[in-house]
Amino acid sequence: MPPAEHFASPPQWEWWIVGYLFFGGIAGGSYALGTLLRFGGDARDVRAANLAFITSFLALVPCPIFLTLDLGQPLLLWHMLVDTSPGGGLAFKPDSPMSLGSWALLAFGLFSFVSFLGAIAEVGSFRARSAIARILGGGIGLVWNAIGTVFGLFICGYTGVLLAVSNQPVWSDAGWALGGMFLASALAGSTALLLLLARSRRDVDSDTGVRLETADRYFVILETILIVVFLVTLAIAGTIGKVLGVWIVLWLVVIIGLAAPIAMVSRGAARRWPPVAAPLLALLGVLALRALVIFSAQI
Amino acid sequence: MGFFTDTSICIGCKACEVACKEWNQLQGDPAKFTADSYDNTGQLDAQNWRHVQFIEQVPDNNGVVFTPTPIAGGQAWLMMSDVCKHCKNASCMEVCPTNALMRTEYDTVYIQNDVCNGCRNCISACPYGVIGFNEEKGIAQKCTLCYDRLQGGLQPACAKACPTESIKFGYIDDLHTAADARLANLQKQGYAKAQLYGRDEKVYGGLNAFFLLMDKPEVYKLPNEANATLPSRNNLPGYVGGVATAVVALIGGLLAFRNGRMNGNNNNTTTPH
Repeated sequence: MPPAEHFASPPQWEWWIVGYLFFGGIAGGSYALGTLLRFGGDARDVRAANLAFITSFLALVPCPIFLTLDLGQPLLLWHMLVDTSPGGGLAFKPDSPMSLGSWALLAFGLFSFVSFLGAIAEVGSFRARSAIARILGGGIGLVWNAIGTVFGLFICGYTGVLLAVSNQPVWSDAGWALGGMFLASALAGSTALLLLLARSRRDVDSDTGVRLETADRYFVILETILIVVFLVTLAIAGTIGKVLGVWIVLWLVVIIGLAAPIAMVSRGAARRWPPVAAPLLALLGVLALRALVIFSAQI
Repeated sequence: MGFFTDTSICIGCKACEVACKEWNQLQGDPAKFTADSYDNTGQLDAQNWRHVQFIEQVPDNNGVVFTPTPIAGGQAWLMMSDVCKHCKNASCMEVCPTNALMRTEYDTVYIQNDVCNGCRNCISACPYGVIGFNEEKGIAQKCTLCYDRLQGGLQPACAKACPTESIKFGYIDDLHTAADARLANLQKQGYAKAQLYGRDEKVYGGLNAFFLLMDKPEVYKLPNEANATLPSRNNLPGYVGGVATAVVALIGGLLAFRNGRMNGNNNNTTTPH
């Protein structure tokens, strides 16, 4: 198979976009974790679930800011939703992942915000809003969280599809692998962040931390598999050289981030390293992976 | 309407570039010295909507004996006035989230300046590197095929200025006829590599700005048929890959928390109080 040839110009997507990919992934992944903890775990996991919903919304807040700052015309962000060309209407284009993502971000913002209100009501910050917490605690809450999780997971992964739906080297060569890789990486990063936060709070059950560590390892294994698939697709396309060379440094950060949660299983490593080391390294790895994918294709 | 650019008679005078800049009031990029080519424009971008490529296929002189080697059917120098192809299946239009990219009544692809918000997704998608980001205006820009001139009954500035008629403007069917005749003529003269690019539907459904090339498309930085793919090819596989990953991850997450709960419950039942 002859190597893919690309003559496209780079879109100059840089740190704002890397930041969005990182925080968007954490927001979506944290929401999914909150839902899993609330409905897959038991009563002891509720505090961690609330922490996840709060984290999700706080991580989501910078996302539209980053996206706006990246635009050449920041005041025209609303053009993503409203078609101002002759004929008008809503700017909804299913073929364009950026268009779908804009709508999904809006919808997820609503779900994340309401779940955030419910979570802070449960932890006692806004007792006046405890009605939301009561509603979200029942069957309606399950449906609400389930739909929110769909949007959250979409936010985690659609950015990979957006990059793949282009004619850029690396991104378009990765085909189906990029969306899944970003999603798995976002879940691993979100779990790492939740572990980090849970360990800093006494009201989170220690058993929940153990379960989160197990989930983290599953997500890391999934992410590792998809990174391998990503590299294989690039090798087949003949563009793997684009992500090597100077990018080896970032790959090292990614590998350390992947290895840290697995290494912590060993009791020796767990004793030698502070408990926050593995989650921090994992988060750094998530950021490095996104920076690597964004920049390597454009240079 | 469209362009037929016959590269076999392009002399690299850059009159098209100048005419384009003059009519469209493009200030151009700062001059730069590339050190390896007579081409000082570089590439198509927000300030260069026409770009004359200089493809210098002269073998390097290693200081021994310089023996010109015929590479491209007897030609060591190739020139091509490159421009937006106004593809019938346009990658840029597929991905544009704001509908700023539209198809005009002339079947050309046009960026509406007041609709574009500068997201640059079209730049990421264009396989020809045609679209550039205008830093001053904060929007994407490219050849309009002189939309304003067409509305006034004039031909595009580049075609008007081309002294050798390498750039021909007209109705696509007429241009196809002219291109077929020219290709047959060249092949009769022995130019075996001469070929039409974008004349038929194999490349992006056909190009409204198509070319007669004297070598393979890749030599002119044009993707060949195998590489001329639309961004949307990755839409379905991308989402399917994402959904599959999400399902596996959710099952993994549920297993982790459920196993933990069962272990926790077991621990609770076995722990003496």
